[in-house]
Amino acid sequence: MAPESLGQIFLAAVLANNFVLAMFLGLCPFLGVSARLETAFPMGIATTFVMLVASLCAFGLNLLLTMFQLEFLRLISYIVVIASAVQLVEMFLKKTSPGLFRALGIYLPLITTNCAVLGVALFQTAREYSFAQAMVFSFGGGAGFTLALVLMASVRERLQLSSVPGVAQGTALSLMLAGLLSMAFMGFAGLGG
Amino acid sequence: MSDLAQARTFDEFMEGIWRQNPVFVMVLGMCPTLAVTVSAVNALSMGLATMFVLVCSCGLVSLMRRIVPKEVRIATYIVIIATFVTVVDYVIQAVSLAVYDALGAFIQLIVVNCIILGRAEAHASKHPPVTAMVNALGMSIGFVIGLFALGAVREVLGAGTLFGFSLFGANFQPWVVMVLPPGGFIVLGAWLLLFSALKRRKEARLAAQGGGHGA
Repeated sequence: MAPESLGQIFLAAVLANNFVLAMFLGLCPFLGVSARLETAFPMGIATTFVMLVASLCAFGLNLLLTMFQLEFLRLISYIVVIASAVQLVEMFLKKTSPGLFRALGIYLPLITTNCAVLGVALFQTAREYSFAQAMVFSFGGGAGFTLALVLMASVRERLQLSSVPGVAQGTALSLMLAGLLSMAFMGFAGLGG
Repeated sequence: MSDLAQARTFDEFMEGIWRQNPVFVMVLGMCPTLAVTVSAVNALSMGLATMFVLVCSCGLVSLMRRIVPKEVRIATYIVIIATFVTVVDYVIQAVSLAVYDALGAFIQLIVVNCIILGRAEAHASKHPPVTAMVNALGMSIGFVIGLFALGAVREVLGAGTLFGFSLFGANFQPWVVMVLPPGGFIVLGAWLLLFSALKRRKEARLAAQGGGHGA
């Protein structure tokens, strides 16, 4: 069992090993949905929720698979569980807030292929976290993802007001920005172990 | 095979390499692209692993395109892809433990590479197996080129080596940030800048030519 304390795991997942800016997980929604703040924040919350559900299911599944010595089925069963969790969130959002559902559009079903979600499940298995550790890890990962998304969206909203050279518009500029943000997050290295 | 059919197959092949390059034009599959490209060797092995999964799963998806009901197609594709990824995962572990350790969880994360699901849904589910596999092969070669372009630049600038061989003298100060996470974002951003600048120049030249003819 990993000896880290819960606080350490949380801090490391949010800041030092931020999923997006330090581990390169979940970049598609990070670049795709971060143009406006009002879609970025709900997207972060939805992803965090899926992460928690996926991590919970993955923990149970892993126990089951290890018991029957079927570890080679791990990847397939994890991805199926995540796909179902996303379906659940999608139906919930469609019912409770259709406006938000439309704003997130294609990126909502794409949470399934968000590597951050599968990454949480795979990392917690690889590091042999206990149940509480796994939950804190996935919550920290989700919070870090939301933080990165909100930061990026705020910067990009400001950028729309400034004049940018034509060549640099679009993805190239977003990537440069992400590079700068990532450099800022390097300052947290070592925090939380 | 007639000339026309041959030309069309060639088009399918070239599409992924240049006009719709997954890394530089469509900006898909970013996570593995940025995470594993700290060295040229890592980039190449990741590219080859992705190539195997992409070609095999596109072939299988295309073979099954008439059997699978429309409602459950995405779930089916994901299970097919996950199966091939599991195969690759075990093969790499058996062949080279060093590469396996360097790539880490990113081999298993090939499952969620958007390029593969995107190809399966957009192309393989509508075309016969041979066309689908040729298109997938072109796409994955484009992906390998993209990964290699990033990996080589980052290794040369960040460590002063290429494929592990030292390129510069002992006085070379490595630009360490290039092999750290920010370097990945910045190098890819720079490549995109270069391509968009080239595209603009070409457009400007075409416009100038068009104007010349008009006058």
